[in-house]
Amino acid sequence: MALSGWFIALLSAAYLGLLFAVARFGDARADAGKSIISANVYALSLAVYCTSWTFYGSVGRATSGGLSFLTIYLGPTLMLLFVGVIIKMIRISKAQRITSIADFIASRYGKSHLLAGMVTIIAVIGVVPYIALQLKAMAASLDVLLDREGHAGGWLGLDSTFLIAATLALFSILFGTRHLDATERHEGMVAAVAVESVVKLIAFVAVGLFVTYGLYGGLADLFQRASANPDLGRLLQLDSGRAGTWTAMILLSGLAIIFLPRQFQIIVVENVDESHIKRAVWLFPFYLLLINIFVLPVALGGMLHFSGQTVNPDTFVLTLPLAHGAEALALLAFVGGLSAATGMVIVETIALSTMVCNDLVMPWLLRSAWLQARQQQDLSGLLIGIRRVAIALIVLLGYAYFRAAGEAYALVGIGLISFTAVAQFAPAMFGGMYWKQGTRAGAVAGLAAGFVVWLYTLLLPSFAKSGWISSGFVEHGLFGASWLKAQALFGLSGLDEISHCLWWSMLANIGAYVAVSLNSRPGAVEASQAERFVDVFRYGRHRKETRLWRGKASLDALVSLLERFLGTARVRLQLAVYAQAKGLEDWRTLPVDAEFVHFAEAELAAAIGSASARVMVASVAEEEDLGLDEVLDILDEATQIRAYSRELEAKQRELEAATAELREANERLREVDRMKHDFISTVTHELRTPLTSIRALSEMLHDDPRIELASRTRFLGIIVGEAERLTRLINQILDMAKLESGRAEWTSGAVDIGEVAREAMESLGQLFRDKAVELASEVPSAGPVVQADRDRLMQVLINLLSNAVKFVPEGSGRVYVRVGIDHGMVRVEVADNGPGLTAEECGVIFEKFRQGGNTLTDKPKGTGLGLPISRQIIEYFGGKLWVESRPGAGANFIFTVPLPAPEE
Amino acid sequence: MTRKILIVDDEPNIVISLEFLMKKEGFEVAVASDGDEALAKVTSFAPDLVLLDVMMPKKSGFEVCEALRADPAQAGLRIVMLTAKGRDTEVAKGLAIGADAYVTKPFSTKDLVAQVKTMLGA
Repeated sequence: MALSGWFIALLSAAYLGLLFAVARFGDARADAGKSIISANVYALSLAVYCTSWTFYGSVGRATSGGLSFLTIYLGPTLMLLFVGVIIKMIRISKAQRITSIADFIASRYGKSHLLAGMVTIIAVIGVVPYIALQLKAMAASLDVLLDREGHAGGWLGLDSTFLIAATLALFSILFGTRHLDATERHEGMVAAVAVESVVKLIAFVAVGLFVTYGLYGGLADLFQRASANPDLGRLLQLDSGRAGTWTAMILLSGLAIIFLPRQFQIIVVENVDESHIKRAVWLFPFYLLLINIFVLPVALGGMLHFSGQTVNPDTFVLTLPLAHGAEALALLAFVGGLSAATGMVIVETIALSTMVCNDLVMPWLLRSAWLQARQQQDLSGLLIGIRRVAIALIVLLGYAYFRAAGEAYALVGIGLISFTAVAQFAPAMFGGMYWKQGTRAGAVAGLAAGFVVWLYTLLLPSFAKSGWISSGFVEHGLFGASWLKAQALFGLSGLDEISHCLWWSMLANIGAYVAVSLNSRPGAVEASQAERFVDVFRYGRHRKETRLWRGKASLDALVSLLERFLGTARVRLQLAVYAQAKGLEDWRTLPVDAEFVHFAEAELAAAIGSASARVMVASVAEEEDLGLDEVLDILDEATQIRAYSRELEAKQRELEAATAELREANERLREVDRMKHDFISTVTHELRTPLTSIRALSEMLHDDPRIELASRTRFLGIIVGEAERLTRLINQILDMAKLESGRAEWTSGAVDIGEVAREAMESLGQLFRDKAVELASEVPSAGPVVQADRDRLMQVLINLLSNAVKFVPEGSGRVYVRVGIDHGMVRVEVADNGPGLTAEECGVIFEKFRQGGNTLTDKPKGTGLGLPISRQIIEYFGGKLWVESRPGAGANFIFTVPLPAPEE
Repeated sequence: MTRKILIVDDEPNIVISLEFLMKKEGFEVAVASDGDEALAKVTSFAPDLVLLDVMMPKKSGFEVCEALRADPAQAGLRIVMLTAKGRDTEVAKGLAIGADAYVTKPFSTKDLVAQVKTMLGA
């Protein structure tokens, strides 16, 4: 059963009326300063990405390519993860009052009319087929609803598709150019697009639920049935052979989400708050996920249901409900498709019309005599007029393309061709944002090269496939040269046409952009714009602008220029706001300085684009040309100041670190100094003590010759002993000093430690016998042999033995010497049965001048340097010297010396 | 009346020389070799003057000096500190805690005898 054409027309009109009401409401709120554009509305408006191509075409694509339809949604999801890139784009656009992607690229490369024009032309050529696609989708959906073939219906002799196109054009004009002031933002339109996004999502999900759960027994049932069918089962597999295609699709759609004119319009130009992007980052991918959940089920359901019939899979969304008598659902689906198509056409045409007006028509008008003749006329109406005509023309072009192309090429094909066209903006855009060396010449070369390759490898072949032109250049190559085959350039075959085009066009584009940029010198305006774009986060708004313009201008001339393009009321309002910000009551008293000129140019740029604004301001202001060198100097100076302050910071940090180090070193020095002082003080004490006895006794002997002989002999004995003590002390202090300073002289040779031990024991034998101390030993008859200084080892052993004999009790004393090998080291022990040492003493006896024993009765005879010197010697040979002892249990002094490494 | 001198030092040879020196000058002499012994001898021997070494085991000369000065019974006792450490700070410290004189080792026997005699008013 067919639905009534009139009913559908009325329904559509009512729906569009509703959208229009939403838009009016949004605009009214915006005018009142209460924007309804929240983060959610912004994120939803991004879904203008999902056109009728998504709504109808995804199902069609899924019936042939299985899961590969998902790539078109994976790309945007991944791209949105680069939030920083998008925020930078938005920041630049706000600072530069960017009106479109063409304006963005032109502004970056020196406000170039040429570049703006090129981008506009590429965008129009690339996108018009895409608009045609929307018209085709609407026409096809109407045909399905009205149950007829070939768009035969019409009114007053006009076919229905033309009526749709005309309605859409009118609608776009009403939405996009309602305001007489030609500002760049359209909050009402954004709100309406967000509503459309919701409607198309609801419609598609409703159809999906109907098919999945109404016609079949749920997802599991549907997939089971599909798997049973070998043709359908194939669709459920991920085909790794198409991985290259997947990559290309993901890349393309990722670029398209920003560079399609309508996407740039929504994401960048219409953005009211940078923070909204953070919501969109997850909400938009979530939306894409929802709208894609039922693509495969609907495709499978349609194929199962219409198996064997010739039903266009692109229309399953409508035909499945209709086939089951669910007319209301079919109507809802139709409204969803209508939403998808109208949203796309409205935003796309508004974006394109802005570009056409600002970047194609205005530059021509500015040069024409016609405009010169109307010096004082208000041109804001003219601007609006141009845009309206542009909208109408673009939709008309789309219609013409649709009529010409007809059924020639599948829906999806056209969408991807558009994507590839706008992908050509990527090098100039990203290069412009992150690479200061990118120049206008480079951007022009890159765009031109990429565009030509796109034209030759993708657009023209699609014409050839439609039979409009000869397909010779595709099949045999241009002029019969096989390496020029349009879809196998230089013999590169095996790729699908989109991947092929993307590869070669990007290679040409990026190659030309980089090569030409590196070999060309930017102009003054270019250099300063490059700085402003790339370093946008470093500069507060308007900060440096003042320094990059110099000249004379009159307030009247500038104001009347603004009024001509923006309308008097709006200009007065803006001037009042600007004056207030400067703390002035009346804008007429504003100083006409560089900042004001910049303000005027920015206001103008918001309406007519940066390139034209610059030309217009230059026409009324006498600008002194800043040479490139001068601009570079100014920019360089700023860079230098930044670099300098960074350097200062670094210096300060270094200085702080150095100060801390110095303080530490000073502390260490002070410690060393204190230790040295203590040492000298101790040495002094040790030297003065024997000297005191010597002096006192010799003075007495000298002064009193009558001292009896016994005392005299006794005193002289003491004097000799103390003199010897003094000599020993001085020798050991010098020895210690030499060891510590590393200036001691060492000999090195094979030393038999056993032999050294025996010799040491022998030389001290008399001392032991005198005190009746037993000296026993366990020393091998030969070896062990080490590399060392024999005399020094002897010194250590004698020191240990004489210490031992000093501390053991007379008569019952016992000293035991043992030489052995332990863990690759020679181990020498000198054990005694003396009073032993406390744990604390075991440590301190190795310090200088710290002797064991603490009563007068066992007052040790020693310098207090023997053990510290011994330890220094042993450590020099790589060994260790320590003592194991407990009070009352004797002491065991042990040292080790490493054995030489065994010879191989 | 014979004046009494207590000699406190841990170096036996210094004790020998001081003992001999002071006895020759006619003083009655007792010796101690560490701080604790010194305090005990001050009580038992009741000297008029103490020749007190600073660097000693157990109790240093400074500690002994402080203890003596805190004892009202020993108010009239003369204290001469002897030290091998000649630093100004040590001299100042000794005098501050109540020593009557401070003599640096090695000393001149004549000067020391003269000083002791002056202090004892002999």
